[in-house]
Amino acid sequence: MQLTSFSFKSNVRRKLIDPLLQRNMKRFGGRFVEARAAVMTEVDNLETIRVAAAAIRDRSLANLDSYLLTFEERARARGTEVHWAETAQDVNRILIEIAQANGVKKIVKSKSMVSEESGLNDAVEAVGIQAVETDLGEYILQLAHEPPSHIIAPAIHKSVEEVAELFSEKHHTPRSTDIPALCREAREQLRPHFLSADMGISGGNFLIAETGSVVIVTNEGNGRMVTTLPKIHVAITGIEKVLPTLNDFSTIVRLLTRSATGQSITNYVSMLTGPRQEGDLDGPEQSHIILVDSGRSRLLGTEMQKALRCIRCGACMNHCPVYQNIGGHAYGWVYPGPIGAILTPSYVGLENALDLPQASTLCGACQVVCPVKIPLPELMRVLREKSFEQGLRPWYERLSVRMWRGLANHPRLYALFTQLGVRVLRVLGGKKKLLHRLPGLDGWTEGRDMPAPQGRTFRELYRKKHS
Amino acid sequence: MRVGLFVTCLVDMMRPRIGFATLKLLQDAGCDVVVPPHQTCCGQPGFNSGDRESGRAMARRFLADFESFDHVVAPSGSCTGMIRCHYAELFPEDPALQTRLNALSARTFELTDFLVNVLKVERLESAFQGSITYHDSCSGLRELGIKQQPRQLIGRVAGARLQEMDKPEICCGFGGTFSIKLGEIATRMADNKCQDALTTKADAIVGGDLGCLLNIEGRLRRLGDETTQVLHVAEVLAGPEPDPN
Ligand code: SF4
Repeated sequence: MQLTSFSFKSNVRRKLIDPLLQRNMKRFGGRFVEARAAVMTEVDNLETIRVAAAAIRDRSLANLDSYLLTFEERARARGTEVHWAETAQDVNRILIEIAQANGVKKIVKSKSMVSEESGLNDAVEAVGIQAVETDLGEYILQLAHEPPSHIIAPAIHKSVEEVAELFSEKHHTPRSTDIPALCREAREQLRPHFLSADMGISGGNFLIAETGSVVIVTNEGNGRMVTTLPKIHVAITGIEKVLPTLNDFSTIVRLLTRSATGQSITNYVSMLTGPRQEGDLDGPEQSHIILVDSGRSRLLGTEMQKALRCIRCGACMNHCPVYQNIGGHAYGWVYPGPIGAILTPSYVGLENALDLPQASTLCGACQVVCPVKIPLPELMRVLREKSFEQGLRPWYERLSVRMWRGLANHPRLYALFTQLGVRVLRVLGGKKKLLHRLPGLDGWTEGRDMPAPQGRTFRELYRKKHS
Repeated sequence: MRVGLFVTCLVDMMRPRIGFATLKLLQDAGCDVVVPPHQTCCGQPGFNSGDRESGRAMARRFLADFESFDHVVAPSGSCTGMIRCHYAELFPEDPALQTRLNALSARTFELTDFLVNVLKVERLESAFQGSITYHDSCSGLRELGIKQQPRQLIGRVAGARLQEMDKPEICCGFGGTFSIKLGEIATRMADNKCQDALTTKADAIVGGDLGCLLNIEGRLRRLGDETTQVLHVAEVLAGPEPDPN
């Protein structure tokens, strides 16, 4: 996916004045938030399960190497070919090699965010292979030539009206805003692709080490079509997605679907363990798994490792007041919202996403809902520290932070400076006691006044009273 | 009970009257209040901007200024959150210092939390004519669990009526330096907060953190609203006092 995270601020500016996006974000508003809150009341020991889920993820990550090797061994024993991709480019290369070795001309895909990281669709199309997205949201975006803006609802930034327009233009059908009719239309378009594709690509929500299975948690039937109809199935997923046992999965899935869409369980939970075996009625002839590193292993053993607990439920972005106002595209890469503000700089380089860790008030709404208890604000702060230490922030910002530290650490100087400062600002505030412009603080005064200080500091007034 | 008052830098500079209101509330409740003269800032602006050293320097200073008190009280959930949740973790190399900081943190309280849960204040000599809508500032709410405390106290103020907004818990967009670095998003968030508060038709928007209040008031005034009051909860609880200016 094309990277624009380095121009976050101008992305934001555009998104804040995009009337369509603003309307769509308002409509989407709290739907997932409310659904999540409602369904969580079913779980009477939510906090206990969260603690257990976080511990499971930590255990998986602490022994990632051995669980991955176990997974590889068990998957191979069931006839799955396991491929290791160190970089995003490797993902595309491996996939194209498999496709070309088998004369693949058409690929059907169900949702895979990892394949967005490597821009897989463009890469396969460049070698003459057609890739058709079959997840409804992804299908819409492929028609519209847009990237996803949410990890579980990729087309959330689009309204029904826009989809109706798009379908009628691309399918040459009469325009309809009836959602079931639109779904039917997409299904009719996709069916021939499912039947004629030579390869299916899916993501993988989890890898189960003890059985060598890939788990897919989804609401759309396309997942099953993609993984069983074509003669080759390739699952692409990150190395951090491994879980030791099926039992662990059963704990995690209780939180995943509830945190994501607010459902007790999704329509489909599929466990894929190898290609069609003797006696099986369906399933692919070949089954492959591409295990992707692409920056993940760099986080292991560092204070950022907790970010790898993520089970991609999307709750952090649904609850994020920044995401709610700017949408997912502004973040400029595959993963938006709080977790994106952490993963993007970690995977593509801090210098390419400098503003993302700053794009949060650290309000903590994300941390409260994260099912695996990732301390998202703390991790953003760690990235801020790295930016500061590496001198990546603008000079005036570093200077003002250092100056304030110096002042705050020298009470007499602080007293002098603040006493002077508040007098000046009080005078500038005039009769209305408001500052409309403050040089150096345009970021504030462009959209807000600054209420003027009272004019004397507390310490002055207190000393006067008590002397 | 000897209580150290941590005024906070924003209150010191921008709204001393909040500091005096806090002082009055604590004294009325029978506390022996001391204001250590060398206090400055909790270090949060630097700490959240990625300068750990700011946090460390201020944590040491805080310890020197306040360790001798039975309790420390601040009219801010955000500064109290900084002290309670972040100071000790800044010194992984010094367990002895961590122990001292943890002990002090445990005695450090946000004002309304202290009034309700430590002093168990039942009566307030205050009056407020009109309706109030309360904004839950993020650090207080999520780091310290401050939610019912201010509401309970406002309920004891003669004449004050609480009128909840639709989403009192959503961030107002202040976020310290965020409000300047990403001012456009901050403004939009402040705008949403103002709209939500205004639909309650409350006479005053009240909260426990001055940063948020400046953000909200700044947006309100820019929008042309000159009448809705924006007040710190301490001002409401202490009642009107002659401006010491
Ligand atoms: S960080 Fe937590 S809340 Fe966000 S997507 Fe990952 S698991 Fe879900």
